[in-house]
Amino acid sequence: MMNRWHVLKRLLPLLAGMVLLLSACGRADLSTLRPQGPVAEEQFGLMKLTITIMVVVVLIVFVIAGYVIIRYRRRPGDKSIPVQVEGNHKLEIIWTVIPIILLIIVGIPTVNSVFGLAKDYTKDPNAVQINVTAHQYWWEFEYPNLGVKTAQELLIPEGTIISVEAKTADVLHSFWIPSLAGKVDTNPGGNVNRMYFKADHTGVFLGKCAELCGPSHSLMDFKVKVVDKASFDRWVAAMKNPVALPEDQEIATVLNKQCLTCHAIGDKGVQLYPNLTGIGSRESVGGKLINTDQPEYANEGSVEENLKTWIKDPQAVKPGTLMPKVDLTDQQIDAIAKYLAGLKLDY
Amino acid sequence: MSAHSHVDGQLPHEPEKATLEGRNKVLGFWLFLGAETVLFGTLFSAFLALRHQVGDGNPSGQELFELSTTAWATFILLTSSLTSVFAIQSMHTNKVKSMIVWLIITILLGLGFLGLEIVEFANYVDEGHKFSTSAFSTSFYTLVGFHGAHVLFGILWIGILIAQIFKKGLNVTTAPKIYVAGIYWHFIDVVWVFIFTVVYLMGKVG
Amino acid sequence: MAHAHAVKRYSGLMDWLTTVDHKKIGILYLISGGFFFLVGGLEALLIRIQLWKPLNDFVAAHTYNELLTMHGTTMIFLAAMPIIFALMNAIVPLQIGARDVAFPFVNAIGFWTFFAGGVLLNVSWFAGGAPDAGWTSYAPLATPTFSGGHGVDYYVIGLQIAGIGTLVGGINFLVTIINMRAPGMSFMRMPMFTWTAFITSALILFAFPALTVGLVAMMFDRLFGGNFFEPTNGGNAVLWEHIFWIFGHPEVYILILPAFGVISEVISTFSRKRLFGYSSMVFATVLIGFLGFMVWAHHMFTTGLGPVANALFSIATMLIAVPTGIKIFNWLFTMWGGSIRFTTANLFAVGFVPTFVMGGVTGVMLAAAPADFQYHDSYFVVAHFHYVIVGGLILGLFSGLYYWWPKMFGRMLNEGLGKLCFWTFFLGFHLTFFVQHFLGLMGMPRRVWTYLDGLGFNNLNMISTVGAFLMGVGTIVFLLNIVITSFKPRDAANDPWEDGRTLEWTIPSPAPEYNFAQTPLVRGYDAFWKEKMEGKKEMLPAEPLGSIHMPSPSILPFVMAIGLFIAGLGFMYGKGDYGDGFKAFLFNNHIVAILGMAITLFCMFLRSVYDDHGFHIEVDEITGDKGVKA
Repeated sequence: MMNRWHVLKRLLPLLAGMVLLLSACGRADLSTLRPQGPVAEEQFGLMKLTITIMVVVVLIVFVIAGYVIIRYRRRPGDKSIPVQVEGNHKLEIIWTVIPIILLIIVGIPTVNSVFGLAKDYTKDPNAVQINVTAHQYWWEFEYPNLGVKTAQELLIPEGTIISVEAKTADVLHSFWIPSLAGKVDTNPGGNVNRMYFKADHTGVFLGKCAELCGPSHSLMDFKVKVVDKASFDRWVAAMKNPVALPEDQEIATVLNKQCLTCHAIGDKGVQLYPNLTGIGSRESVGGKLINTDQPEYANEGSVEENLKTWIKDPQAVKPGTLMPKVDLTDQQIDAIAKYLAGLKLDY
Repeated sequence: MSAHSHVDGQLPHEPEKATLEGRNKVLGFWLFLGAETVLFGTLFSAFLALRHQVGDGNPSGQELFELSTTAWATFILLTSSLTSVFAIQSMHTNKVKSMIVWLIITILLGLGFLGLEIVEFANYVDEGHKFSTSAFSTSFYTLVGFHGAHVLFGILWIGILIAQIFKKGLNVTTAPKIYVAGIYWHFIDVVWVFIFTVVYLMGKVG
Repeated sequence: MAHAHAVKRYSGLMDWLTTVDHKKIGILYLISGGFFFLVGGLEALLIRIQLWKPLNDFVAAHTYNELLTMHGTTMIFLAAMPIIFALMNAIVPLQIGARDVAFPFVNAIGFWTFFAGGVLLNVSWFAGGAPDAGWTSYAPLATPTFSGGHGVDYYVIGLQIAGIGTLVGGINFLVTIINMRAPGMSFMRMPMFTWTAFITSALILFAFPALTVGLVAMMFDRLFGGNFFEPTNGGNAVLWEHIFWIFGHPEVYILILPAFGVISEVISTFSRKRLFGYSSMVFATVLIGFLGFMVWAHHMFTTGLGPVANALFSIATMLIAVPTGIKIFNWLFTMWGGSIRFTTANLFAVGFVPTFVMGGVTGVMLAAAPADFQYHDSYFVVAHFHYVIVGGLILGLFSGLYYWWPKMFGRMLNEGLGKLCFWTFFLGFHLTFFVQHFLGLMGMPRRVWTYLDGLGFNNLNMISTVGAFLMGVGTIVFLLNIVITSFKPRDAANDPWEDGRTLEWTIPSPAPEYNFAQTPLVRGYDAFWKEKMEGKKEMLPAEPLGSIHMPSPSILPFVMAIGLFIAGLGFMYGKGDYGDGFKAFLFNNHIVAILGMAITLFCMFLRSVYDDHGFHIEVDEITGDKGVKA
């Protein structure tokens, strides 16, 4: 027991150094350098291999260049004519063959990985099937086998293959969860793209749109919430539970007229725009306003405050969004925000 | 070097290549045709990618195309290629009159081809195959229309050249122009052969 | 021989509007390309100001998209390409011992159409909004459904017109290099810069028509209700990506190859040493040009082309590293054993080598498709292509400009200011773009108007912005240098660097109108160096001194470009709603467009019908010039 502690103690500074190094590589929930699942892990492995080789190449060039620049600089008044070398076959063969060998070293795992990552899990009964539809500027997630549709927050079970079929409803977007998997474009016109990924452990991971799609391209963020399998099942059930409308009749009417003509909440409303079921327990509003009780930055606040900010003037939050500035009084906005903030799911 | 050294004497066998300017023009034009090949290649690729995107209720190529008309158009255009060869041969033997006659026959055949194409397009539009009907129709009219526009440009160009020959006669300045127009005419002929195969024959098969 | 043709030789502004002299056209390219470089640079600075802190609102989101689109489009088509053409025009005919280019008139058309297209593109800023769909202008974002205004119309038509200029320029240089070389100047004796100009022109010839078709298709979709890229009517958005990148990837090599050529010349000259492995350099250039057409889909790894295509294009892309590596080591070994003089031109060239290697290796990393799924459309890619285009091409162009400035203008640029320019620009460049690799790996997508706070992007973005300003300082120092030296006398010697190896250094600086009083006889590679080593001061003439035939100046190219400009505007506004007035009659019936086309076609008609007999420069005028013996 003691021995192990000693070993660990000795390793501690090293570990601390590693952590420091890693923290310089970005946030664990966002960086491609800190993979949180096997797909990103495999991609990171390829990145490490290529980076290592390339750093070696760059260093070789730097060393030769540095040596040449210092060693062969012209001294003042030097009128000598250097030997006019035409070339050197041996050298030229060396710097042709070595790169080819390096490329073979990179090429084999690349091809291997290309085919590995193209594996089709759409028919796999153990995988969770997700249909991703990108919109200007939000994400729609449908679980076709579970009969559930949600938006902006993809909830998945840990340790399970997630099989994605992605398309767009309007312009090109690109579906990217840096810490879990590389991206895939969403194409229009029935051109569906497949990918899969897996999260090793629970947590919340940041997703991004990676293809220019209009003014709010930069704000088209989403979240991937990884939960344990039991929670996931509870969430699916909760998504299907009926939802009560606000008790205040006036607010219920306004909600019905102004919100549910585009949005759905539980069994009510229309599925044209983001589904609002359980919006009170989401990580953000509109992908940009982060929900937190300890706001630190300008774009952070409680769910309720964020909902108010959003409903009051969506264009100010997300330029170009299709969400209109709805004709509501401040009291109505407050009441609707309060109601929506209270829509939490237990899972 | 000067463009005039041969005006009064007899013309060399290949007057289009007698001067550096002439050689430059011929080579430059061949290169230009290389670019044109890529241009039509890209148009063909776009057409091939979109030719099945007919859309609901719109006429497909199979229903539209009248092979007899296009076969006639093909025959006319191929013949015009032959007559342009005769024109260049006449030029090489310094027979200016026969060259002009062959050139006129060439552009008449070209006009005939264009006439058939215009009638054909008009029929298609009547049958509901308009430019903006479907991706198929857009790519069809763009590809075939680009070719038609090339034919029209060729007719105008050769027409102007004939007028110049009347005024200036055949010399080392005008000869490269005629020669280059001849290559151009062959090129649009070759493109048509591909259009006939890829658009019409393959379209008829489905 | 009597030459009775009296040709008007213009002066002042008319001289510049009518010139068909490749050296003057080169200067026109340089001035306009330089102007657009400043415009594109200003746009870049605005982008960096917007990104210097999180959630900034210095510019609005849609303005930002206009800026990023115009920055990319301007820098590639209106700054980099014309400055390349400036150097090619100024130097290639001199390097091959030619009096002129093959088609001086067409050369002028090339310049003026480029210029008309560039101006048209930038008019969009003042006409209701610039294009905002990225320089790649992907459908459906660029289709009328999602891009209602005229912005993308300006992109489509402006680039179309500028593209015509580039294409004819490319043909002109191909024919010039094939047909107009001096006696003895065989292909394998051509200077490396001429070789790269040759291959670049060939790439232009085969790549630009694809862009032409893409732009025509997009124009038809936008202006005439076509369906090429309109998914609702069966159009295919991925088709645009293919067409764009079949052009777009060779375009990258069109840009970088001339820089390779410049670096080869500069390093060889200032190392006082023959280019190491000349024939393998030529081979590598040709191979890069060839492979450049085989790799376009590596821009589309995430488009969903399937594993077979991704694997093939991965491997093909990696192969390009081999000829590029050959070039890098050849440059290093040209310097090895040499006597290296660090002029500003050579500082840029020597700085280019490691910088370009850094851009090259990230290229190989990007070629690994599965890893590219992570890099693609992130700031890593932004860092990569700025390393190759700025760290490669722009450093190369600076090097070339400092090197050939005396040959173009007869004055040496100030070396002190030049070195200041190099160090500020070079350090600013690395500061700006090195950190962007990490931003991309840390999850920052490209083309983002802003980023949220707390994601760990703040510091690196601020560093990047500081670097951008440093690059701005470097550019201003360069402009100052030009202004200051323009007040100095025109006293550059024929061979001002004293170690010149190629033919352009055998004639006066700036080169006379006819370039070579007598066409030189070329007796080997590095023709001038060979003569120098044999103790001679100048080239052996290949012909007796005689009168020199010159092409006449002409205003037609300028008018043709104006015609295209008018036609472009006419097409763009053809569908607008102008009520019932005269304006509606003009635009809705495409009368403006037809008028513009008619102007251009009528100029072509005039050119065909009226032969240009040119004029002659007589022997006494030639011997009157300095540096020529009778």
